[in-house]
Amino acid sequence: MTSNLRRRTGIILTTMVLLAVASLLFSGMTGSVAIPLSDLPSALNDLLHGRSTTLAATLLELRAGRALTAFVTGAALSLAGVMMQALLRNPLADPYVLGISTVASVGALAALMLLSAAWIVDASAFTGAIIISMTLYLLARRDLRGGAAAEGGASLLLLTGVILSSACIALITLMLSIAPESRLRSMVFWMIGDLAGAPVSWVPWAVLAGAMIFALRSARALNVLALHAEAAATLGINVGALRKGLFFCSALLTASAVTSAGAIGFVGLIVPHACRFAFGPDHRTLIPAAALSGGTFLVLADTLARTILAPQQLPVGVVTAMIGAPIFLYQLHRLRK
Amino acid sequence: MISTRQLTLNIGARTLIADLTWQVEAGQCWSIIGRNGAGKSTLLRTLAGLRKADGGSVSVQGRPLSQWPPAELARQRAFLAQSRSDAFAYSVIETVLSARHPYHGNRYWEGSDDHKAALDALAAMEVVDMADRDVRTLSGGERQRVAIAAMLAQDTPLLLLDEPANALDLAHQVSVMSLLARLCREQNKTAVMVGHDLNLAHSVSTHALLLMGDGRWLAGPVGDVMQAPILGDYLGHPIDIIQHGHRSIFIPTEDIA
Repeated sequence: MTSNLRRRTGIILTTMVLLAVASLLFSGMTGSVAIPLSDLPSALNDLLHGRSTTLAATLLELRAGRALTAFVTGAALSLAGVMMQALLRNPLADPYVLGISTVASVGALAALMLLSAAWIVDASAFTGAIIISMTLYLLARRDLRGGAAAEGGASLLLLTGVILSSACIALITLMLSIAPESRLRSMVFWMIGDLAGAPVSWVPWAVLAGAMIFALRSARALNVLALHAEAAATLGINVGALRKGLFFCSALLTASAVTSAGAIGFVGLIVPHACRFAFGPDHRTLIPAAALSGGTFLVLADTLARTILAPQQLPVGVVTAMIGAPIFLYQLHRLRK
Repeated sequence: MISTRQLTLNIGARTLIADLTWQVEAGQCWSIIGRNGAGKSTLLRTLAGLRKADGGSVSVQGRPLSQWPPAELARQRAFLAQSRSDAFAYSVIETVLSARHPYHGNRYWEGSDDHKAALDALAAMEVVDMADRDVRTLSGGERQRVAIAAMLAQDTPLLLLDEPANALDLAHQVSVMSLLARLCREQNKTAVMVGHDLNLAHSVSTHALLLMGDGRWLAGPVGDVMQAPILGDYLGHPIDIIQHGHRSIFIPTEDIA
């Protein structure tokens, strides 16, 4: 039985990796100027050797950067979603439910309004996300340690997050109403989530790798926590430490995703949900599967966003919402039937 | 097996249990009896280490709870919570396998011994045919049996059970209770349970702990403490005891005269 489970997970993950690579290549080939499949090997070869002399290699280089950013952002959001859902023991939680992205938006929008440089926008978003995480942690410390509220009742953490987040929405509305006309467009695009001009950086990859190691190491404990809530402690799990780890990892993942691409919605909600639906709730399979499919999903969504109305480029957040909302509703109604 | 020294439990400003010094030996089966809010579940959660004592200490095998590494303690005592909320679509077998967590160390997957323990526990609770069902689709009684199966799969010498007969039909109440009694008698396991059914408690328990809810308590062998005047006092309603063959039947005295 166990070997079956192991083999099944192996097959799922191999398929996922192949799909992820395929989506990245597809994204590289697609655009206003398509690269034919026959040119792909030589272009890839050129790129890997640091030469971008041919047109195909140049295009591929431009698109690959954006596609890789899309992948790491999608994987981070999806992994953060899985963690947040396990932490709150609620399959409908998403990485934004605690207001981390809203506060990041406040930071980024303030910087955009003041016409700051791109790196200041990123830094403000990241700082905002870290500040809210710390505030939440301080306010809901008791809850994270695993008190009576962890038994499935109203969660102090969740309520605190929702209230902080609605306060920040008021701030965002205020900024949007007083911002000069010329800056509104970039502010709105940032809020919806946009990968155009997203910086290529190793930081999100490092955050993703770190969180992934933590998640895989605690995958079995996560199952126990998801099943037994507070009573997980009687099965030898340090519930407080695990919940804190989940909180900080998902906060960091969300902060890094929001910083590189703005508040892209639905990925952290529907991808874990769909994976749970397809592969079951066992976190040992779910965690790697959700991260891989989240990345793949965002790469495809972003390819669609930049080609569907070409030369006009849509913010990718619009595409994820347009695909995500109906899929989610469909799943929800099938589940409740 | 488990003991308390001068244990005090408060809820808000109220003292539920004061200076409870209590010793449970291996092979004994204890019932905790008292009115609603007398502190039965609070005491059980404190024994399980889910709640801090407001005074005094709890020891398992002579070692205070705080000095046990969590995983090692989880191989000594299992806890059945009063209620469960299932948020995710885990299957019955996954639920029971999760109780094998304390034996896994750093392994990523379970071994075949875990599957054997889980299947044996499912068989003992007569839920083998539900192994692949989603736990959220089970009835209350079926879910309770799965939870007890998980507890059996954890395979610990000490069992702490909060209302194990909850939601079970008559036949399963009897079979679960007699299974517990058998585990204590034959495998020298120790059980401490909270329950409201005096007849079930009396038939399976060797000892009883009565809680008044204002700090007072009384512990002893069932024959000594489960007597009509004492029970009437602790439960706040007069109790009649009727002898039926070798069994004692407890019934509340009729109010309507």
